Amino acid sequence: MIVLLILIPIAAAIAIMAGAPARPAALGAALLNLVLGAIFALTFTGNPDDGGLTIQILEKPNIHLALGLYDGMSIILMLLTVIVTFAAVLSGRCPEGTERIWFPSTLFIAAGALGAFLSTDLFFFYAFHELALIPTFIMIGMLGRGDRKEAAWKITIYLAFGSIVLLAGLLWLVNAAGADSLLFDDLLASTIPADQQKGIAAFLLVGFGILVSLFPFHSWAAPAYASAPAPVSMLHAGVLKKFGLYGLLRLYPMISEGLQPWLTWLIVLLLGNILWVGFVTINQKRLDLMLGNSSVMHMGYVFLAIAALIAAGSESANPIAKPAAIVLMFAHGVSIALLFGLSDRIERKTGTLELRDLGGLAKSAPSLAFLFGLAGLASIGLPGLANFAGEVLVFLSGFKEFADDPAGGLGPIQVATILSLWGVVISAVYILRAYRRTFQGPVVTATDGARDLTFAERIPAVFLAFFLILPGLYPNTLIQFMAHDAPSAEPPQIVHDADRPPLGIPRWSPGEGSMLTEH
Amino acid sequence: MDPFWLFLIFPFAAAAAIQLGLKRNARLSAFVSTLSVAATFVLSVVFLGSDNPNSHFNWATTSGFSIQIGLQLDALSRGMMFVVTGVGLLVHVFSLGYMKDDDGKARYFCGLSIFMFSMTGIVLADNFIMMFIFWELVGFSSYLLIGHWFQKDSAADAAKKAFLVNRIGDFGFMIGILMLWGLAGSFVFDSMELPAQGPLLTAAMLLVFCGAVGKSAQFPLHVWLPDAMEGPTPVSALIHAATMVAAGVYMLFRLQFSVGADLFANASGEIIAWIGAGTALLAALMATQQDDIKRVLAYSTLSQLGYMIMAVGLAGHHGLTAGEAGMFHLYTHAWFKALLFLGSGAIIYACHHEQDIWKMGGLAKRMRGTTATFAIATAALIAVPYLVSGFYSKEEILMQTLSHGHVTPLFFVAVFVAFLTPFYMTRLFIVTFLGKPRSHGAEEAREVPTVMLLPLLILAVLSVVAGFKPIAGMFSAMDPRHGHHDGAALVLAASAGTLVAGVLLGFLVYRRRDADPLASNALFKVFRNKFYIDEAYAKVVRFGQDAVAAIAHFFDEFLINGLLVGGLSRGAAGFGNLFRRLQSGNLQGYAILFAIGILLVIYLTVFMTP
Repeated sequence: MIVLLILIPIAAAIAIMAGAPARPAALGAALLNLVLGAIFALTFTGNPDDGGLTIQILEKPNIHLALGLYDGMSIILMLLTVIVTFAAVLSGRCPEGTERIWFPSTLFIAAGALGAFLSTDLFFFYAFHELALIPTFIMIGMLGRGDRKEAAWKITIYLAFGSIVLLAGLLWLVNAAGADSLLFDDLLASTIPADQQKGIAAFLLVGFGILVSLFPFHSWAAPAYASAPAPVSMLHAGVLKKFGLYGLLRLYPMISEGLQPWLTWLIVLLLGNILWVGFVTINQKRLDLMLGNSSVMHMGYVFLAIAALIAAGSESANPIAKPAAIVLMFAHGVSIALLFGLSDRIERKTGTLELRDLGGLAKSAPSLAFLFGLAGLASIGLPGLANFAGEVLVFLSGFKEFADDPAGGLGPIQVATILSLWGVVISAVYILRAYRRTFQGPVVTATDGARDLTFAERIPAVFLAFFLILPGLYPNTLIQFMAHDAPSAEPPQIVHDADRPPLGIPRWSPGEGSMLTEH
Repeated sequence: MDPFWLFLIFPFAAAAAIQLGLKRNARLSAFVSTLSVAATFVLSVVFLGSDNPNSHFNWATTSGFSIQIGLQLDALSRGMMFVVTGVGLLVHVFSLGYMKDDDGKARYFCGLSIFMFSMTGIVLADNFIMMFIFWELVGFSSYLLIGHWFQKDSAADAAKKAFLVNRIGDFGFMIGILMLWGLAGSFVFDSMELPAQGPLLTAAMLLVFCGAVGKSAQFPLHVWLPDAMEGPTPVSALIHAATMVAAGVYMLFRLQFSVGADLFANASGEIIAWIGAGTALLAALMATQQDDIKRVLAYSTLSQLGYMIMAVGLAGHHGLTAGEAGMFHLYTHAWFKALLFLGSGAIIYACHHEQDIWKMGGLAKRMRGTTATFAIATAALIAVPYLVSGFYSKEEILMQTLSHGHVTPLFFVAVFVAFLTPFYMTRLFIVTFLGKPRSHGAEEAREVPTVMLLPLLILAVLSVVAGFKPIAGMFSAMDPRHGHHDGAALVLAASAGTLVAGVLLGFLVYRRRDADPLASNALFKVFRNKFYIDEAYAKVVRFGQDAVAAIAHFFDEFLINGLLVGGLSRGAAGFGNLFRRLQSGNLQGYAILFAIGILLVIYLTVFMTP
């Protein structure tokens, strides 16, 4: 059944190319996927084989077309994909006569991303991501804005290079594991000799890192997102970029030892994302470039959680890190998609994204201002919106080691966490400046008489905003999907505190968290 | 569900209802918002005498770890809730008049409800993470309300400044929370264990204090509060005088109350006390030369908050009593400072949005009710002995600066501030209310409508009676007057002496003046210009942050992009030329490149794996 999530967008894309009415078909497919995705997620029982599919494609090497909800991480990223896809299809401004490229490309990107997150076989995990990249390049190069050829060329070269490095790492990994097949189950059950892990880890860090715009491999991102048509920047920045983080977390158990020698490097690079790119973001003069750089910056926080995980040595030693990373990936995906979608609207309504030419837009377009403000505040981690839940868990995961052993003093991860916290100030600076320049102050020529969002334009934005608010107010709505994951061999500690009876609100509570401490 | 969740549900529901639909009807929005705060006020009265268990639920749970949202209704938070909802209710009622014809009335009341929700969360939080959540939300609602008139550049800038300065404080606050988590073993106040003294604890306490420095506008992060006066005046009364800015004091005292005053028994307590005292002094000096009525009050607020912080910091020496003195002053100050701000709001309203005191004058004859209540509040602020609440709490604060009945350096600072306060308040009062009107607006001023006058009268009563023992005793955690103090006579003599001296000097200097006689004095010019701190910060932002950002951007563009990865790109471009020969435009080229990539994957997987 789960294969439907991939087949539907592909079928719709082919139908559109063959002449079916483009927008209705694309919308129908996205909506159907949204409904199905929600059903699959909510009815998931914890068994990865439920509704899954495993077909052997090749015997030697042993490759399967295997799809399924492998764990909570897959579920949450699948949900992110169908959510952002729906909004992206709804909010596209398709230039006249390009419907047969625009909508199929969007759907192919979605299908590729879903394939990557739902594959339970390493080969297809990789191949689906490549599949999603091709329409991304085509869309930027053909239908992009501004310096689109340059941007398309740059992102292609970068991501192709990243993919090749990644491929080399994966091949090495498969060779070293010597598993029966490329299925995750088999790979994760195998062990890789320690002397080989270090090299594999380096390839995977660089390969995945380039795909996630890890500093200093980040300079493709902002120009590409600025040039890309709105649905592409929404889908790539929001969804597809998470592939690299997903891959690292997925394969982490196989190379947990091999990653440790690279910890210092990773910390330096992630601080490059947060602080260096943070300052670069402050200096941006165009709204879309600012947003593109901010999305690069925020990847640093997910890497921080991964660094905390690497330092701890296993998921059970730092059970906060992985959920933190995943919640933040989801939240960032929704918020950046909303921001890119709305900045596209701003350009359409005012004709510019140069910050110096904007001003006072909140007067004539209050809904646009409200939704942009909400997404912007989400992205800088305002509590009550999803990103905060992710960020605070990331910071907690960074200090888990210190909380377990305060006598040991502050270690490198804690120092990195402290430095990363300054990024919270930096991001507030650039978002509030941009909001101030765009929406506040007196009305200027560009914004004079600019229209507010129409009802139809509001739908995708309000839809995305809902997924910032719901997990923001109550993060367990999202985290609960990870309840079925068993991160460790040891059973979760269950501590009931008789004095503090839990309120009857949560439908589900994994392991009845032990009062914030587990001393 | 325990009924006290209603404390959070009422204001949240009001804000949500306004945003989701009621905003089309401004009157209804205002009504719903006011109704919600009235309901929470009733609740806080109902719960005032009761003893309630805590209640909580899991908010974010991973295996073996959980962040919880939990409410703690104890002796401390019950008293604080009474203050917050009490001032909140009166400010809502006053706003019904003050904001009657504002275009953004619904948005304004929505902001007030978000504020009430957030502030309630801080007060009732039973753990640090929850407190941080609402702490930030309070900052956000303050941003919304300061920037209410966002089309004015000054208001939009002030809102941004307030948010960013608070974020800087919260940067330290979060680190402090994380460190205390390790040191005290928990986030939950009641489960935190008093950690062993050491440099890490000192650092953690000072970092936690950073949060209070931001929110309670202490030096060096005080710069946002005077600018915050760009917001509507009732907002200044509620948020920037009585409640939000007191949150820092409350947070520090919450730690003492739940964990122990010994937390401050290291260098951190001393530093906190000195920062409080320094802020009290600097702000009082700046207050002597402000011409905007709200700015005088804003600096006065800073100064009084400095008193409170100083007292809380002295807990390391005096135990819980010192913090109680700070909380007691917070509680009395809330009423009379809210009254001063609402009074200034009434004046501004009556003078057609004139805020310069030198363009007022003679208002005593034209606005009798406002003048009388303003006079009572002034008496409370300058601590007229035995008559008003402010006297009792200020005595307790001064008492903390003594050590076993002997004076300390802090005592002299505190006493000097006690002299400056009556001086600048006398200036304000004389210039605003006495003499002849100095502008058309002041000439035409008439008493404000009942809906605005009524809150003033209620606050005036409270400003007088709040300090009397039976009344203050209802808020047990806020009344330090148990047991005997050495040096009470010394403190009384000092405060009475400074009061008389301050009033007298103010009277002599400002009687029958049309302009400030001290304005040309070089020293007072420094005070007028706020010690040039704002200018210095602007330079830091420009030459520090913005220059670093520009340099980083330059290197990013030309070094990383140009050379490092650009080289890679150029190398690949040569390779790509092969495909360009296919003369298919670049795009098909990319697609083919990738198709070949995938074929390569398949090839490598098939033939290179064992």
